[in-house]
This record gives sequence, C-alpha cells and structure tokens, in this order.
Amino acid sequence: VIAMTDTVPSPAGPPRTEAAAGAPPAEVRRKLGGVTAAEVYTLVAAFGGSLALDWLLYERVFEFSGAQGFLGCWYLLFLTFSAALGLLQWNPLVVRERLVTLVSWTAGLLLVLLIVEQLVFVALRGLPAVVHGNFLTQTMARTSAVSPISSGGVLHAVVGTLEQIGLATLFAVPLGIAAAVFMSEIGGRAARPVRTVVEAMTALPSIVAGLFVLGVVILGLGLEACGFAASLALTVMMMPIVTRAAEVVLRLVPGTLREASYALGGSQWRTVWNVVLPTARPGLATAVILGMARGIGETSPVLLTAGFTAGMNADPLAGRQVSLPLYIWNYVRQPYPDMMARGFGAALTLMVLVLLLFVSARLVGGRRPGELSRRQRRRTARQAAAR
Amino acid sequence: MTTAPPSPPDTSPPDTPPAEQDLPRRLTAPATRGDRVFRAGLHVAGYSVFAVMGLIAFFLFLRGGDALRVTGWSFLTQQRWSPSAHVFGIAAVLPDGILIAVIALLFAVPVSLTAALFIAEYAPVRLRRALVSVVDLMAAVPSIIYGIWGGYFLQPRILGLIRWMNLHLGGVLPFLKVRTGDIGTSYTSSTFIAGLVVSLMIIPIVTSLSREVFAQAPQGEREGAYALGSTRWGMVRSVVLPFGRGGVIGAVMLGFGRAMGETIAVALIISPTFKITTHVLEAGANSISALIALRFSESDSLSLSGLMAAGLVLFAITLVVNLLAGILVSRSRSGAATAE
Repeated sequence: VIAMTDTVPSPAGPPRTEAAAGAPPAEVRRKLGGVTAAEVYTLVAAFGGSLALDWLLYERVFEFSGAQGFLGCWYLLFLTFSAALGLLQWNPLVVRERLVTLVSWTAGLLLVLLIVEQLVFVALRGLPAVVHGNFLTQTMARTSAVSPISSGGVLHAVVGTLEQIGLATLFAVPLGIAAAVFMSEIGGRAARPVRTVVEAMTALPSIVAGLFVLGVVILGLGLEACGFAASLALTVMMMPIVTRAAEVVLRLVPGTLREASYALGGSQWRTVWNVVLPTARPGLATAVILGMARGIGETSPVLLTAGFTAGMNADPLAGRQVSLPLYIWNYVRQPYPDMMARGFGAALTLMVLVLLLFVSARLVGGRRPGELSRRQRRRTARQAAAR
Repeated sequence: MTTAPPSPPDTSPPDTPPAEQDLPRRLTAPATRGDRVFRAGLHVAGYSVFAVMGLIAFFLFLRGGDALRVTGWSFLTQQRWSPSAHVFGIAAVLPDGILIAVIALLFAVPVSLTAALFIAEYAPVRLRRALVSVVDLMAAVPSIIYGIWGGYFLQPRILGLIRWMNLHLGGVLPFLKVRTGDIGTSYTSSTFIAGLVVSLMIIPIVTSLSREVFAQAPQGEREGAYALGSTRWGMVRSVVLPFGRGGVIGAVMLGFGRAMGETIAVALIISPTFKITTHVLEAGANSISALIALRFSESDSLSLSGLMAAGLVLFAITLVVNLLAGILVSRSRSGAATAE
C-alpha cells in the first residue's frame, strides 16, 4: 500500500521522498506523440517472424499455392505476432489501440495500392498501342482485325467522346446548377424531397439511363442511334452529380454577402447572378469538371444509344458515333491480340482524359468560396492602386 | 430581364399615425417581375428531377408492357431467358445480381469502414487531403477500366486463391465447391470474381460517405471520452461509431444500390448463365444490368421489351434502396448529432 501511494503522487499528499532528498532533477520534457524504439522493434520483429512462420507453414507444412493466399496469411500472422509481442510489454488497452492503428493504416495503404496498381496496369498495357504515331491520328475505317498495330487508331472515338461529353455538359450544367440554386437559395420545405431524389438519382444504374433514352428517343421519337442520343443519356447521369456538388458549394457562400446585396437593394435574381454564383465560381467549376469526369467514362448508356462505327462521324445528330468507352468495350473482347492492344490503348487514352479532368478540378477547386486566387488578389490590388 | 430598381420599393406608405400609437410596419419585399420569373425557373429546374425519374419509370413500364403481357407473373418466377420461345423471366438473373452485390459488400464494407476511420481519425493531418483525393480518384475511374483490370489483371492472378478455396474449404462450406472439375476454365468468370471487382467500385462511395459521417461526430463528446482516460480506439468505439451508425448503414445501402446497377465491369467478366447460382466460385454468373448490356442488340422487339421490363425491376429496386439510404444518411447528418 505504501508503494502504491509512492508511485501515485496526489497534490494534497506529502512531497515524494526522492525529490525531497537530493537536488531537484533537471526537468525533462515528456514526449507525448511519436514512435518509441520499442514499438519499432516490435513491428520489425512481428514482420520478420510472421514472414518466416508463414513461409514455413504455407510452403513446407501445408503446401498451399498462390500469392494472394500467402500475403493474406502473412498479414493475419503479422497481426497475431504484433498482438502477442505487444501483450508481453504493454497492457491490453494499449495493445488494442496499436492493433487498430495498424489495421487502419493497412486499409489506407490498400486504397493507394489499388489505384496505383490500376494506373500502372492501364499504362503498361496501353503503351504498346499508343506509342505508334498512327494511334491518335487514324480511325479504324481501313483497319481489319488482322491488320498490324501500325494501322488504325482512336481519332474517331476521341472526337465522338469530346462531342458527346460537350453536348451533355451543355445540357446538364445549366439544369444541374439551377436545381442546386433552387435547393440552396429557395430551399425550405420544397427542397428536401428534391434533395432526396437527387441523391437517389446519382445512384441511378447507368444502364437504366441508357434504356430510358433508347425507349424514348430511339424507339419513341424514331431517331437513329447517334451521338445526340448518347449525350442525352449522359445528361441524365451527369445532372445529379453536378447538382449535388454545386449545392454543397453554394451552401458555403457566406450569408452576409447575400444580405449585403439585399441591403443594397438587389433583387434575388441579381443577388444570385452577381453575388452568389461568382463567389462560388471555383467550386462550381469543380462540380462541372467532376461531372464531366464521371460522364466521360460511362459505357453502358453509350452502348445502348450511340451505336458503333469504325469510321469518323463528326456529326452528332446523324449516324452512329463511337466514343472511347464503347471503343474499348468492342475491341478489348476480340480474340485478336492487336485488337486487344488497341482496346487497351484506348483505355489509356480515356484514363489520361479522366486524369486531366480530375487534376484540373483539384486545381480549380482548391479554394473556399470567396477566397481569391493570387491573380485575382493582384488584380484587385492594381485596381485599388489605380483609383 | 429587367434590372432591379436601385432601392427596394417601400410597400407600406407612412400614414402618419398619432405619436402615441406606433403601428409596427409591415416588412414585405414584393418580388420584382424578374424575381418571379427567376423563382419560377428555379422551381422548374428543381422539380425536373421528379419529372426525369417519373419519365424513366413511365417509359420503362410502357416499353416493357408488351413483354409483361406475354409472360404475366411468370416474369418474376421464370429462370430461363428465351424471348423467341416466349419463355423468359428474371428469377435467375435477379438473385444472381443480388448475390454479386452481396459478395461485393462482404469485401467492400470492412475495407471502406476501416479506410474511412483511418482518414477521419488515424491518418496524419497532412496525409488526409491526399487520401481524400485518392478516394475521389477511385470514384472517377470509369467502370470499363475496372472491368478490364478485373478481367485481364486480377482474374489470372487470383485463380490460385480460388482453387485453394475450392480444394481446402469446399468440403466444409459447400457453396465454395466447384463441381465442374479442377481445370482453369471452371474457376474463371464466376460470381465471386465479378463481386470482387464490383467491390472495388463501391469502396470509394462507401468510404467517402462514412468518412463524412465519422468526421461529424461532435468534438465535445470526443474530448469527453479522452478526458475520461479513453484510448483513441476507445473514443472511436464509444463516440464516433455510435454517432455514425445511421450514416454508415445508409452508405452501405447506397453501395448496395451501386453494386446492383453496375453493368460494364460485370458484363466484361462473367459468362452468362440462366440458373440461380448456388456455388459462387464456379464459372457462370449473371445480373440484370449485364443481361441488358449483353442482349440489347438482339433485334427482336419482344426481347427488347423484356429487357425494358427487367430494367424497370432494376430501377425499382435501386430506387427503393437508394431512397431509404438517402433518408438514413441525411437524417444522420442533421438530426442525430447532439447540440454542442
């Protein structure tokens, strides 16, 4: 009991004996965060020990096969080892905390690994076709299944993709942003069901959007399969994405700005047009670009509505028009190696387009609404100085 | 569009009341004509989402009507799909699609929830932004890329594991048995592989939604947990997870809806069959969306109508799932948090 009171000093109790006896020891700053050597050694030991045991069990005792099984068992053994080693040194609460940290780090690393793996895979399989100069400048009009890789390309699919996504953006963006403005500026009771339906619409199966346009435009109105029909299907997919992203941004616009505009006598329409939308411009641009990035890779709506052609068709209103996802879908399933290579080349092209859109969305949308970019700040300063 | 008058019109003319009775002014700002047009336009845009959803349901029903008239209720009980013989139904493709989605959830939910916890709670602050970008990028990768990755990269590499599961676990768990013999082709194009690929596609949506929900756990109660001497995991278990429960369930349901509707990746991987899958590792699988993608080019109008009817069923299921999930998520965002 005496030992207990010695180690747990209470503010009311007597000063501890060792502190009272000698000179007061120099105060050393406690480290609160960081990693101790014991933790590192524990992890290293668990890592090595589990690898060795895994090899022994997997390869020698049970004679299983397959890399995934090996890695999975290694991971489980690693967790067990680090738990056991931890229990030798620390109390169970600390060990549990360390284990959870370990597992959560694994999940984060897994996500990074997955995306890197996909990017590398698409790049490696796509490069053999893309490095040929003809790939980006020719169509498939004069290329048959057995033609060498040095003929044929994706030019027509790139044109089709850009036209379809352009038209879809033209339709989806005004509608989507108007719906977002409705939810954030008018809001109230009416906006809640709209928000719920928009949420549900973002998860609308893309094939259903394709079926819808196929049923209405192609079977109903009697249009042939064309780029315009495809862009309508893409509009159905993109509009809710734009709406949801734009609404989030619009809600971040400070209310004081709106009030200032009203106080100056602006009508609601003027306030939205001259204050709210310009303030949220970077975020809205991000919303639009993210919607485009999602729309550009949609395959199933295009599959049902655009038709397939091997030649160039720059007119979205008449005739079948192929786009990159459809090009991939058609060629990657063919049994000819060169056709497959073209499919993978198109996949690389598509991935590059998506990445470009994604990165530009990040660059444009890095700021909060109302925050000025460096160029805008300089311009404001210049104008102020000129005045 | 007319410009607004520079000053708000004064509605209540001062009628010079006697000094002792100050009548409160009526403060109304009548909308200008521009405003009325503007508000009407916004209402149209806002309600257009109802119109679109309604039109989708209406036209799918209209186009699918022919097929439903031919089959009647047997559309829901027939497993075969041969419209030329007037015998077709979704009794096989619907459960198979649900099975793919369930397998996808089995993999995606643990990974996404842990990843969401990592991003929201455990990751160093500098890493958080990068990880959020990674998740967003995963969501932006087109499904056809997931499909070719799954079909040409993942599938050949995972056959060993599947064979192992068949040989060593198949005896204990009969649904892991492969009855078609121990050769390569009996392990490919299975429900399991399709589910695995679809799981990668729903990981980003489940992760980002749960991360948002986790991040909204109230700061005061977190600090309370720490003040009571809890470890970080103790705090997560007693504050973050209970607060996020509704939102996480909603996120998982949204993931399920996505997985049900996923088309291209599934269609690229599976080899279609038309009987209910009982052994998930065996070659052969199907789902409504893959059925539509693979069969729509058949020129026969009755089979197209059948596909429309199948699409209607898919639409109805995903709509119900997504609406429920949306309500759960939005409720956990607004209502569940205690006042600070």
